[in-house]
Amino acid sequence: MCLAVPGRLLEITGQDLERSGRADFGGVMREVSLAFVPETAVGDYVIVHAGVAIARLDEEAAARTFAALAEAGAVE
Amino acid sequence: MRYVEEFRQPAAVARLAERIRATATRPWSIMEVCGGQTHAIMRFGLDELLPEGVSLLHGPGCPVCVTPAAAIDKALEIAATPGVIFCTFGDMLRVPAEAGDLAEAKARGADVRVVYSPLDAVKIAEQEPDREVVFFAVGFETTAPANGLAVRLAQGQGLKNFSLLVTQVLVPPALEALLAAPDHRIDAFLAAGHVCTVMGTAAYEPIAAVHRVPIVATGFEPVDILRSVMAAVRQLEAGEARVENVYERAVAPEGNVAARSAVEAVFEPVDREWRGIGRIPASGLALRSEYRAFDAEARFGEVKGECAAENHCIAGLVLQGRATPDQCPAFGAECTPEHPLGVTMVSSEGACAAYYLYRALRETA
Repeated sequence: MCLAVPGRLLEITGQDLERSGRADFGGVMREVSLAFVPETAVGDYVIVHAGVAIARLDEEAAARTFAALAEAGAVE
Repeated sequence: MRYVEEFRQPAAVARLAERIRATATRPWSIMEVCGGQTHAIMRFGLDELLPEGVSLLHGPGCPVCVTPAAAIDKALEIAATPGVIFCTFGDMLRVPAEAGDLAEAKARGADVRVVYSPLDAVKIAEQEPDREVVFFAVGFETTAPANGLAVRLAQGQGLKNFSLLVTQVLVPPALEALLAAPDHRIDAFLAAGHVCTVMGTAAYEPIAAVHRVPIVATGFEPVDILRSVMAAVRQLEAGEARVENVYERAVAPEGNVAARSAVEAVFEPVDREWRGIGRIPASGLALRSEYRAFDAEARFGEVKGECAAENHCIAGLVLQGRATPDQCPAFGAECTPEHPLGVTMVSSEGACAAYYLYRALRETA
């Protein structure tokens, strides 16, 4: 029930509590509820638990992480 | 960015491990709370990259493991009731209770269905108006939004045949309970990333301050986990005890406000029994009285009794980080994933299953 791998949103339908979409989890397609991530758009990566997206991954934050690692010489 | 390979880069992992070795001057015990993180640690051999004195303790964050046997007995009773469709995550099928497990109930003819989401159970209730559809709502703060949403949708559709058997549990009270034991060995916590994704990090501030333990929210990839160990070691060496977040891409300090509000609207905190650990005050969620119509315990009777005494399996100690799976005499001999003695071997998120699977792989590699 705790799937840690992010999924990439392929399509979005519906609104409010019925907002949902299809996501690609490394080649496995799944229907996911987007009720709690109203800001998501097609192409975004989401974290999903029990069929419900609980976060849109923040690309800028991820980029900052890599910048910090690069500064510390941990990545090229 | 695909958020997977980037966070597994061998060069970054090696460099982080090196920095941890250079920073740690004393022995430290750091507990990762989440079973998913225990699996990542074993799968990628991260424990073997740490300096000798820095050890990882495995925490209670396996929802399947901590669900009390009495709740599973109730699930078995409900599943055996004529007209009921009992829906559950697949992980719960083989978890043993007094009266057996859900897989056996299914083999005996009960209509037990494995679903991926409580929303699937709502759909079944819609399609089968003459049947009672019950969903086994287990899990931590990560599954609570899905269960809250299921109740909201069922209510919106006017469904009268859908209910939840709720055993939801909460992480912060469990950390408090572990720290309350006078002989605990925990110097710092790695907080479960996705629990923080939903609820934010504020609830950990008083725990870090009162108990003087660093708490670092982190993710599930090797770079995330080693960054969090590094952050914890750096704090411990400096005598600090703060809440830190190294899972910036998925955790905001306030959590996911929409998901949190749905959880708080539908559920309220209650005392809860944890299998292998005992009763912890305000450590569970139950449906609020407004949603009693969706409470399986209101329809089928309450979950009764305390946890039954277990066999000689040490799952309770493993769940509290007081023992590692390989310290159990039954591990890998009498107890295997095919013939599990306890919950931590049954569940795919259990620490014993992780040790069994990945230690065996390492030995054959």
